[in-house]
Amino acid sequence: MSYNILLCGVGGQGTVLASKLLAAAAEKMGETVHSAETIGMAQRGGPVTSHVRIGKDAYSPLIPKKSADLIIAFEPSEAVRNLDFLKEGGAVITNEVCLKPVTESLNPTGYDGKEMIEFLQKTISNLVVLNADTLCEELGSSKFFNVAVLGVAKGAGFLPFSEEALISTIETSVKSNFVEVNKKAFLHGVEVGKK
Amino acid sequence: MKKEYVMGNQAIALGAMAAGVNLACGYPGTPSSEIVDTIAKRNKDKAIHVEWSINEKAAMEVAAGASYAGARCLVTMKMMGLNVASDALMSLAYVGVEGGLVVVSADDPGPISSQTEQDTRLFAKYCRIPVFDPSSVEEAYEMIQDAFEYSEKYKTPVLFRPTTRIDHAYASITYDENAKPKEIPGFVKNSKRFVIFPRLSRMNHEMIEKRNPAIGDDFSDYRFNKYQGKEGNNKAVLAGGAGYAYAKEYLQDRTDISLIGVATPHPFPERFILKSLEGVEEVLVVEELFPYLEEELLKLLGTNQIKIKVLGKHTGNSPLAGENTAEQTAREIALFAGDEIAEGSDPPADAGYMPAPPMRPPVLCAGCPHRASFYAVKQAMKDRKANFSGDIGCYTLGNAMPLDMVDTCLCMGAGITMAQGLHWTDSKTVNFAFVGDSTFFASGMTGIANAVYNEADMILCVLDNSTTAMTGHQPHPGTGMNMMGDVVNKISIEMILKGMGIEKVLTVDPLDLEAAKKAITECADAPGVKAIIFKSSCVALFKPVEKCVITDKCIGCKKCIREIGCPAISAEGKKVTIDASMCTGCTLCAQVCPMGAIEKEVR
Repeated sequence: MSYNILLCGVGGQGTVLASKLLAAAAEKMGETVHSAETIGMAQRGGPVTSHVRIGKDAYSPLIPKKSADLIIAFEPSEAVRNLDFLKEGGAVITNEVCLKPVTESLNPTGYDGKEMIEFLQKTISNLVVLNADTLCEELGSSKFFNVAVLGVAKGAGFLPFSEEALISTIETSVKSNFVEVNKKAFLHGVEVGKK
Repeated sequence: MKKEYVMGNQAIALGAMAAGVNLACGYPGTPSSEIVDTIAKRNKDKAIHVEWSINEKAAMEVAAGASYAGARCLVTMKMMGLNVASDALMSLAYVGVEGGLVVVSADDPGPISSQTEQDTRLFAKYCRIPVFDPSSVEEAYEMIQDAFEYSEKYKTPVLFRPTTRIDHAYASITYDENAKPKEIPGFVKNSKRFVIFPRLSRMNHEMIEKRNPAIGDDFSDYRFNKYQGKEGNNKAVLAGGAGYAYAKEYLQDRTDISLIGVATPHPFPERFILKSLEGVEEVLVVEELFPYLEEELLKLLGTNQIKIKVLGKHTGNSPLAGENTAEQTAREIALFAGDEIAEGSDPPADAGYMPAPPMRPPVLCAGCPHRASFYAVKQAMKDRKANFSGDIGCYTLGNAMPLDMVDTCLCMGAGITMAQGLHWTDSKTVNFAFVGDSTFFASGMTGIANAVYNEADMILCVLDNSTTAMTGHQPHPGTGMNMMGDVVNKISIEMILKGMGIEKVLTVDPLDLEAAKKAITECADAPGVKAIIFKSSCVALFKPVEKCVITDKCIGCKKCIREIGCPAISAEGKKVTIDASMCTGCTLCAQVCPMGAIEKEVR
């Protein structure tokens, strides 16, 4: 198998955990996995990307441009920022809830994410737009979006792993008192993804 | 044996432990910091001595001492740290070592979080010592163990040079979780060997220059100097480090173009290279930063009068500055190989206008005490001429608007000494130097002694948040903790400053704006060297227990936003709000608000 997944968002959104779960699930399926995080200088509020590369022929730590099979974006402008990693015909799952830059109050840009979503809708045929707040409503907190979105990716048929591999990864990788809620988040995501 | 999915730096740490390392030390610096952190976390029975040394030079010297006694030693730093350690390393290269001594100097092409794009491979050549250049996490794990072997075989310190994409990449490695440190033979006195004198240096220099070609020949059979291709190829790609990974990504298992991977840039494995290039007419060199392999290759071909065309940085085929990428390398090789280049449009041509994603520049965290310190100095000095010399750490971000409080930033500790230089050019301007607590211990103390001795006029502002925040919260001599997990006496910055003869040393809480301003004004009115210690913990270390809220007294003047630029405060029209999830309740905004419209609440 050769499959590249790029996760992107803003520091603090939980992209790193999601990428670790994907890597661990792929390993469970007997695949070779490499991944890399790019975090730059920002502690919080800066763009963050995780590159997950599944397969024996992946040598570059980062996914080469135009080679990602799937982009999972936690924020709409981050999806656009990383769009040149997507390969032709690749899929994008994005949260439509925008996070304004922390400098927005000083230098208002009027950014609200809508333009980003419209652009994605025009450009990407294989697009799933989610609303993290709605998706996570019954989970009690939108911080579970990082696991729920993996469920959506699975449900929509974008992930080359079995549901069991992902669930057992959640069981072994997440702190014990958060296992149940994360499993619930994942399964809820799967249902949403199937639609 | 245990299989684990780990970060490159963890793999390097586990590799050193598998090699039986006895002592691991260094100074934090991105992208190298996780190596020492990992060894400290996995140090069973405290069998390995692990420390964050006060700076890279101290680390190198601690390791040199232990190595003389036969211990295997690992020293880690980022590449600019190697500049600090170079005094010790250069001499050590002449004296040599007893126990294996491996110096990890992590390069940061880009640079992503550094001041320079220097290349450690050149440093190895300058010091006349071997250097290893891994191209993957898996290789790094194996290669660090080889580095110890070669260090002991040739009794020389060796450099090990990963780059950010190796340090911060993840892969699975299998390692022995029960590896134990080696037995330490003990120090055998031998002043003819361990005391450096001109005569010894002259003798050893000669030995080193004779030895290096022999190491190069040894490296010609080294397992990670790799060749793929077939006889009769007239084109070859020569690559090293992350450059090899990018070249391999494009070429995969193709054999019509030879791929030569160089894992030991110095001493250059000449026999291996010449053999790999038999029949080749053109070579493309793929490497990051300095055209090191390219120049070595040109020299090798020139010396041997071999006519092969060499393409690379000198010929403009690849850039001299910045980080390489897989797609850029793919393009370079495709052009070289005469392959068809897939030109995808970017973005797809029918998409029309692509909106620009907003910039997300790094800023000081909400509630960061540095913001309050900078703001207090700015306010206290608003009617006076003042220079603000900054330094290396989170507080470099004090340069951002609206604070705009960093006029200079050069290298570790330089703010303190540069403030003195500025003072000697204009004694009417008040000169401030801002330095963090860890940087103060690393390289600030000599600068202060210099100021006191030479009677400079300056105000030292120590931004003491009791941690090394920027690199991931490592302890330092002022924190009362060390990497062996011991609680130790805190070294008092105040006592150091007083001990050096500074009479006015004030300690204030920067979150008390009025008190901070008063201390600053008091120092600005006094002659000589003055110091203010702004003491308040890093907000990333604790869960906040309080938060600020905006009451209906707010008139929407937005002074809080304009003055301090806290990321937790935002406005829509006249409505100003504080993001409760970010706010730490530092109350700086409340102290700035002219209406008293911001109140503190328990979370």
